[in-house]
Amino acid sequence: MSAGQANRFGFVINPSRLIDYDTSDRKVREYITLREPSFTLCFACGGCAATCTAGQHTSFNLRRMNTYIRRGEIEPLREEVTRCMLCGKCLLVCPRGVNTRNVVSLAAEAIRKLERNEL
Amino acid sequence: MKSTQLHIMVAGGGVAGMEAAGTLAEMGYRVTLVEKGDEPGGHLLQWHALFPDRRPAEEVRSYLRKRIEHRNISIITKTTVEKIRHHISGLEVNLSGGTSEKADAVIVSTGFDLFDASRKEEYGYGIYDNVITSAELEVMFNRGRVAKADGTVPSRIGLIHCVGSRDEKVNNNHCSKVCCVTAVKQAIEIRKMLPSCEVFCFYMDMRMYGPYYEELYRESQEFYNVNFIRGKVSEASVNINNRLVIKVEDTLAGRPLKMELDIMVLMAGMEMAASGMKLAEASGMKRGINRFLETTDHHYGNNLSGIKGVFYAGTCTAPMNITDTISHARAAVAETVRYLNGR
Amino acid sequence: MNSELFTLPFNLGLYFILIYSVVRSTVWFRDLSRPDKLRLQRGFFGKPFMDSLREIFSESLLHRKIFSKNPVLGYMHMSLAFGWFLLIVFGTIEADFFSEKHLNPPSHAIFFRWFNPEHGAEGFARIFSFWMDLLLAFILSGLLLAIIKRFIPRMMGMKKTTKHTWTDRIALISLWLIFPSRLLAESFTCGAYGSGSFLTGNLGNALASFLPAAEMAPWFWWLYSLSLGTFFILLPVSRYFHIPVELFLIFMRNSGITTGDRHSSYTEVQTHACSSCGVCISVCQMSSAAGIHDIQSAYFIKGLRNDRDIAAITANCLMCGRCEEVCPVGIELGPMRLIERRQGERSDRIMKLPEKYSLSRKRGSTEKILTQAYGYLVREEPERADVLFFAGCMTHLTPSVIVAMKKIMDSAGVRYRFMDENGGVCCGRPLMLAGRDREARELINHNSDMIWKSGAQILVTSCPICYKVFRESYYLEARVMHHSEFINLLIEEGSLRLGYLHKKVVYHDPCELGRGSGIFEEPRAVISYVAELQTSSQESNMSLCCGGSLGNLTLSSGKRAMIAADAARTLTLGSPDELITACPLCKKTFAQVAETKVSDIAELVAAALPAPRAAKAKTRPPRRAARAVSNG
Repeated sequence: MSAGQANRFGFVINPSRLIDYDTSDRKVREYITLREPSFTLCFACGGCAATCTAGQHTSFNLRRMNTYIRRGEIEPLREEVTRCMLCGKCLLVCPRGVNTRNVVSLAAEAIRKLERNEL
Repeated sequence: MKSTQLHIMVAGGGVAGMEAAGTLAEMGYRVTLVEKGDEPGGHLLQWHALFPDRRPAEEVRSYLRKRIEHRNISIITKTTVEKIRHHISGLEVNLSGGTSEKADAVIVSTGFDLFDASRKEEYGYGIYDNVITSAELEVMFNRGRVAKADGTVPSRIGLIHCVGSRDEKVNNNHCSKVCCVTAVKQAIEIRKMLPSCEVFCFYMDMRMYGPYYEELYRESQEFYNVNFIRGKVSEASVNINNRLVIKVEDTLAGRPLKMELDIMVLMAGMEMAASGMKLAEASGMKRGINRFLETTDHHYGNNLSGIKGVFYAGTCTAPMNITDTISHARAAVAETVRYLNGR
Repeated sequence: MNSELFTLPFNLGLYFILIYSVVRSTVWFRDLSRPDKLRLQRGFFGKPFMDSLREIFSESLLHRKIFSKNPVLGYMHMSLAFGWFLLIVFGTIEADFFSEKHLNPPSHAIFFRWFNPEHGAEGFARIFSFWMDLLLAFILSGLLLAIIKRFIPRMMGMKKTTKHTWTDRIALISLWLIFPSRLLAESFTCGAYGSGSFLTGNLGNALASFLPAAEMAPWFWWLYSLSLGTFFILLPVSRYFHIPVELFLIFMRNSGITTGDRHSSYTEVQTHACSSCGVCISVCQMSSAAGIHDIQSAYFIKGLRNDRDIAAITANCLMCGRCEEVCPVGIELGPMRLIERRQGERSDRIMKLPEKYSLSRKRGSTEKILTQAYGYLVREEPERADVLFFAGCMTHLTPSVIVAMKKIMDSAGVRYRFMDENGGVCCGRPLMLAGRDREARELINHNSDMIWKSGAQILVTSCPICYKVFRESYYLEARVMHHSEFINLLIEEGSLRLGYLHKKVVYHDPCELGRGSGIFEEPRAVISYVAELQTSSQESNMSLCCGGSLGNLTLSSGKRAMIAADAARTLTLGSPDELITACPLCKKTFAQVAETKVSDIAELVAAALPAPRAAKAKTRPPRRAARAVSNG
């Protein structure tokens, strides 16, 4: 169905609002999971985002980043991922023992590689 | 052998131990109930009201007290079971103080310890005055007054779920099962006692698994205006006005949240009791995941220790509510009788 | 017996390695930075040269350091290095003394017995022969130990020994063959001519009794020459290259050259100076407590030397510095790994040519992010204060440390401002440990600005990680103090009234504070002032890492807990009442696994403060803390 057709019903779903799980690109997720298996342990408690030093100043949010990567939604992370200061507080808070610092580093690395078509 | 000549030791006089002892006595067995405190009753002794119906804890306490008022039961208090050994004529049970007794079977019902909340240092228990545990709040309910350390009335209270549960940082990966519903129950009680006090529950997942639990949750929203925020509190501090400040992510809003509180209640989880752990170590009883006693099968052997004549009842095997503990104790009695009859 | 053809392999090898060494040294020298070149030139004509000779004698020949750590291993290295050295020296003297001509080619001394088969029958020559045999026996005893070490490392007190590449293996075999073949070659010659001393003479006689000694001898002289030649030729591509390179390293280090923050000739020299002795493996907690046996410094350096992909090895290290502490060659292993971590990031950014010159938007956006990651930080106007307290990110998760510090400073009447009370900006050290110095610099600039503006004379921090970076990478007017130093200062100047706690405690040196910053004494002085301080088997410069280190980028929480449990066990062997540390990260890591109560040094001191009511009744002590520091 084209956007024009959808328009006839009086509404459009903005493509950026939709997580299209069938077409989303989960290469970043695979890249991280392979190198840091604890990435998959997150149960989204938000402890990391609560304690985050960078998160007090900016929209950087590790819990949300984790979810986005799992869903293959990389676009919102491009700007955000480098804002982490790697201070390691989240590492001490995480109740699931996710190696959070490594996840952030790998995410930044994966996104850089994705941009260069090396992934 | 006639049941009246058989002697069964019950290690631990909490809910499970009392129910097991009462049931066995009723069936004609001679029972010795060993309790480490001043009187049997366990954690229930300090509880004010019970979920999900908020009935007075006293009702269940008096049921259990009546249960062990039986001529077949002798009660030894201020004593712990140190070791269970196999002997030619059955089992020998060593008690603290150096004495020992012979028994034909032993039911281990050493129960749980409440998680020591000072181990989550970032929550400030033992550091800040107005950080208390759910058990301490229950004592306040018993006294009929919920107040800050300086005696003033709180205007906002936060209940923090999963303290010492589901947290690998304190080596407890398990869910303690009862804290979610306890928090909701306590939130309602606070709201009833102090209608002008706001109450917030900080949860990771609401695990309302039992009958009437979900209804209680619903009631707390519908009639008591309890607020629920999904996020794990990462740390607490005290600001210049001597109010607690907590940091949490409101994960549903996707943004970090800061909140001032007058009292922070930590919903302390269940851990294998230290006394039970010592007994297990001395007697060669296996401990499984999260240090609770390992039974021979999770489905159909969950009272069996794998040691001849030794059976498990209650929260020494896993976190349980009172209903399940009583059922588990009765099942342990059934296994014990089956063993004695089959000898 | 005058065919000299068999000396050819030896001569080829020798001249090859001599020429190679000269060329390689020249290249290294050329690649040095200007200041380092100057240092080296100045060093050559000054005290460093003599110091280096002394060090070469005691370390490269005698192996004094290895000797003190492990006498058997030390003897092995000494007998091979010093023994061979003496053999060459005395061989040369012998050849020079007893030959018709002086200034003979080296082969003449090495194969002296071949050219002078009847030498050493009587008089002074006889004594000399005896001495030469003794040296050979000395070397052979070391060789025996080396062979044992290779096959049964535990017998030498070593947990693990390093794995070899194939060039290493051939070089090793040729090295092992040198001395036995010399022994047999000399013995056969001696047996044929009835000469030789206690070793070669007796063995020669014995062999000659049932073998045709004169016919056998040339074969072994050939083998001897071949082994030497092979060894020399393989030297630059094997781990034995460390033998000549270490001399170069010692001289460079004594001239004042340090590793710095990028690859240079010096890192290259250090890479080749590693003998893969494996001492670093024995002390590594990753190996002893967490069962990870392939990331230790010896493997890291080997990977670097052989140009392997060592990104995983580079990242998987606690950076605790224990290996550097015991490295007999003195390689700066920590800085070397950090350089490699930075290198990792750089190589990641290397762009293919078409990309580099294309005007793709994506590349532009990456660059933008990379050049300023923390542009969002808001610069505030700080209040002025004499003493600035920076708790550090981690300390916010150990509020008892903050509460204790507040109590202590209030009690001493210190006028301070709590810089990161409502959460601050990271100090930058964690980024540096991850090899991201450029981003770290942004945070450093931000914090520096705040600290300068506050006008503080002292910056107190509770976190050793912050402390190290404040001291080393910030340009500050304020004196940087860890809280253990600051408390010590308050005690020394009499601002703190403290009681004595009747407790036995043991102290754990945090890596970044102890080995990392050299603060060993102050915490011990403070603790001894308020409690009984126990010692432990692993202390000060050899203290253990708690396992929580931010220096490791990939270690799992389970492995960290294993290291922590092992370290806590060692520390609490004396059953102390409390395990004291001076780092929030160590505290949290130990608290997870230790049976003993874990406290920070500040908590211990706060517990020794008089009860608050009593303190209030007294007049506050004068505010001396800031004054004392303006003088110091």
